[in-house]
Amino acid sequence: MERKEMIAMLLAGGQGSRLGILTQQIAKPAVMFGGKYRIIDFPLSNCINSGIDTVGVLTQYEPLVLTKHIGIGVPWDLDLNYGGVSTLSPFVTGNQGEWYSGTANAIYQNIKFIDSYQPEYVLILSGDHVYKMDYSEMLDYHKEKGASATIAVMEVPWEVANQFGIMNTDDNKKIVGFEEKPANPQSNLASMGIYIFNWKELRQALIEDNEIHNDSDFGMHIIPSFLNGGEEVFAYPFDSYWKDIGTIEAYWTANMELAYVVPEFNLYDNFWQIYTNSDNYGPQFVGTEADVNHSLVSKGCQVEGTVENCILSPNVKIAKGAVVKNSIIMENSVVEEGCVLDRCIISEKTTIGRNVRIGEGEDIINENKPKVYNSGISVIGMNTVVPDNVVIGKNCEVGGHTTAEHYENGHLPSGKSLIVEGGTL
Amino acid sequence: MKAVGIILAGGKKSSMGDLASHRNVAAMPVGGAYRAVDFTLSNFSHSGIKKVALITQFNTRSLFDHISSSKWWNFGRKTSGLYIFTPHMLNSDSLSFRGTADSIFQNIAFLKKSNEPYVVITSAEQVVSIDYTDVIKYHEEKGSDITMVCKDLGEADVRDYGVVSLDHNSRMLEFEEKPLFPQQSTISLGTYVIGRQLLIDLLEEVHCEGRFDFVLDILVRYRKKLVVNAYMFEGYWRTIKDVPEFYKLNMDFLNADVRNEIFEANGPVYTKPKDDPPVKYSSTCHVTNSILNGGDIINGTVENSVIFRDVFVGEGAIVKNSVIMEGCTIGNGAVVENMILDKVVSVGEGQQLIGDPENIGVIAKRSIV
Repeated sequence: MERKEMIAMLLAGGQGSRLGILTQQIAKPAVMFGGKYRIIDFPLSNCINSGIDTVGVLTQYEPLVLTKHIGIGVPWDLDLNYGGVSTLSPFVTGNQGEWYSGTANAIYQNIKFIDSYQPEYVLILSGDHVYKMDYSEMLDYHKEKGASATIAVMEVPWEVANQFGIMNTDDNKKIVGFEEKPANPQSNLASMGIYIFNWKELRQALIEDNEIHNDSDFGMHIIPSFLNGGEEVFAYPFDSYWKDIGTIEAYWTANMELAYVVPEFNLYDNFWQIYTNSDNYGPQFVGTEADVNHSLVSKGCQVEGTVENCILSPNVKIAKGAVVKNSIIMENSVVEEGCVLDRCIISEKTTIGRNVRIGEGEDIINENKPKVYNSGISVIGMNTVVPDNVVIGKNCEVGGHTTAEHYENGHLPSGKSLIVEGGTL
Repeated sequence: MKAVGIILAGGKKSSMGDLASHRNVAAMPVGGAYRAVDFTLSNFSHSGIKKVALITQFNTRSLFDHISSSKWWNFGRKTSGLYIFTPHMLNSDSLSFRGTADSIFQNIAFLKKSNEPYVVITSAEQVVSIDYTDVIKYHEEKGSDITMVCKDLGEADVRDYGVVSLDHNSRMLEFEEKPLFPQQSTISLGTYVIGRQLLIDLLEEVHCEGRFDFVLDILVRYRKKLVVNAYMFEGYWRTIKDVPEFYKLNMDFLNADVRNEIFEANGPVYTKPKDDPPVKYSSTCHVTNSILNGGDIINGTVENSVIFRDVFVGEGAIVKNSVIMEGCTIGNGAVVENMILDKVVSVGEGQQLIGDPENIGVIAKRSIV
C-alpha cells in the first residue's frame, strides 16, 4: 500500500476531572464548545485542513458519545478507502489486556496501527484543546530544522509559567532543557501538547521506555529521553489562539468570548472551517416575544424567552417568559417557562422545570469540590431533570433525575452538590 | 423494499421569474437551509425506498452541485441509491424529454432492471412530509392500478392545479388540468403509486402512439380502463408554482405546527451540510418571529422573516416580512420589507427596498442595490 508521509494520533481518552460534572458521563474531548461543536472537532478539522487524512483517535474514558460523534469520519471527510479516521480503544491481546496507562503508553500499544501506514512522521495531538493550526507548516519547520522531534510552544505570561511544561531553548529554537511545572521557570515557552516525531526514532524510544516505565508519558519520559539522548528537538513557536479549557471558569470564559463582535477566535472563517457532526435539526426559530442579545444560537433552537450573553447548542428550547443570562446551554436541553438563569452551564439533554431560578445567592465555594466549583458558576449535568419551582445557588452541581423532595424548602444553597440516580444516556 | 422512486425534476417554470432563471426549481433554496429536492429525497429515505431515479433536463448545475454526493440522504449504497438521468444524446429522436412519460420511457431500463413491485412517482418542487409506505399499503388494500395522492384544498383557488372528481369509493372519474371553472376542490399532488410492470407496459404503449405525457396520456386516457384511486393526504403541502406561493411556503415555517410536521414528526429533512458556525446575535439586534440559519450575523431588526445562511444584517437595518437567501448583506440602516432577495444580494447602507404585501418584490441573484 501507499505510504503516508505523516499520520496523526489524537489522544482523546482523558476525563478532564477539573470540569466536574461536565465530564461525568463523557470524555473531555466530547464536551460541547462554541454552541454546535465538540472540543475534538478542532484538532480533527485542523488535521483535514492541514492535509492529514489518517488519524487514530485513542479513546478510553467514557468513549460512547465520542465514538458515536466520530463515526466513520464523514463530517471531516475522513471516510476514506485507505486512511481516514480510526478509533483505537484499549484491547486484549493473547490472554491479557491493559488500559492505556500514559500518553506514550497509548501510542506504544498502537505501534502496529502506525506501522501499517509506514509513515515518515507521526503527529501527536491532544483532543482537549481549542485552536486552529496548520500542521503542514509545523511539518515544514520540522524538516527544515532536521529535527527528530518538534514541540509546538506558545508564550504564556511569566506568572503562570509554573503551571506548564516549560521549554528552555537556544537562539535557534533548539530545546536545551525541559521542566514540568518549574518553580523558577527559565523561560515562558509552554508546551502545547502537540508533537511531531520522526516515527523511526519515536518507535524506538517508545519500546525502550516501555521497559523502564509502565505508565510511559510524553512529557515525563519520552521528551526527556530524547533530550538526554542528544536528539535534535526543536520548539515550534505558535502565537495564535489556543485554549486548554481546563477549568469550569476557563470553559465558560472561552465560550463567552466567541460572542464578542470581533472575537479572538473566529469561527466565521471560510478558509479554515471547523467541521462537526451536526444532526439534521430544522432551522432555529426566534418567537414573537423573544429577546435575543449578544449570543450565539445554533440550529434547531426555539427561543421564546429572553437570552442575553449566552451560547446555545443545537436544539435548545427556551420557553416563554424564561430569562437566561451569561449561560451556556448544551444540545437538546429545555429551559421551561418562567426560569431565571444566570451564570450557569446546562449540560446536554437536560430539562429545567418551570420557574426554576439558578445562580442566586451568596458566592460560596463548593464544599465537596472546591477546586472545581469556585467561580460562581453553577453546573447542571447531562440527562438531568430539575423539578419546577426550585432555587439553586452559585457554585452548585446538580446531576440525575432530581425531584422536589431533593431540595430542602425548594432550595439548593450555594456551594452544594446534588447528585442522584437516574441520569442515563 | 417494495418500491423504487422516480423524481420528476424536469420542468421550466417561467412563473418563478428571475428566481428560476439560473436554477432548476428542484434546486430552489427553501426554508433557510434546504433545497426543494431535499423534502422529496428525505421522504424517500424515511419511507425506506432505497433506489430512486431523479430525471431532469433544465438548468441542472445547481441541482447537481447539491446532490453530487447522495450520502446525505442515506443513498449511495452498493446495490441501490440515487440515479440521475438527463436526456441522453444517443438517438436522433431523443435529444430531450418530450414529456413526463417520455422522460421515464427514455430511462425504462431503470425500471426493467429493478425487481421491486411498485414505483412511486413524484416531483421535487413541493414541501411535504409523507410516508410513501402508507400510500403503498393503501394501494394494495384497494387493489388499485394507480394510486394518486390528492388533497382537498377547500376554499382555496385551485385553478393552477390538476383538479379531480372522485366517486364515493375514491375512484377517479375525471381529471382536469388547470380548469378555468373548477367544479371540485380536490387536487392531485403529483405523487403516484403504480405497479412497476404495469408502468413499463403503459409507457411502451403510449410511446408507440407518439404520446409523451404521464397525466394526459396515461392517467386521464386510461382512467376508465384502469382503476385510479385517490389517497387523501391531510397534512401540510405546498408547491413552488409561482413567486407568491414560494413566498408563502417560506413564511409557513414561522408556524410551529408546520415546523413540527415537516422537520420533526416523521424525522428530519436531510440536506448537504455546510458547516456554518452558529448565528451571532449582537447586543444591538432585535429579532422576533423569524427563522435564522448558520453563519448569520445580526446587528439590526429582523421581524417575520426567513433568513437563510451566512446573511449579514447591519446595525440599524430593518428586515420585515421578507425572505433573505444565503450570503446576502443588508447594510447599516437599510430597510427591506415584503421582499425576496435571491442569493448574495448586497443592499447598500441606508437603501430602502419596500415591496407590497400583495405583490412581493424579487431581487435577482448577485444584485447590488
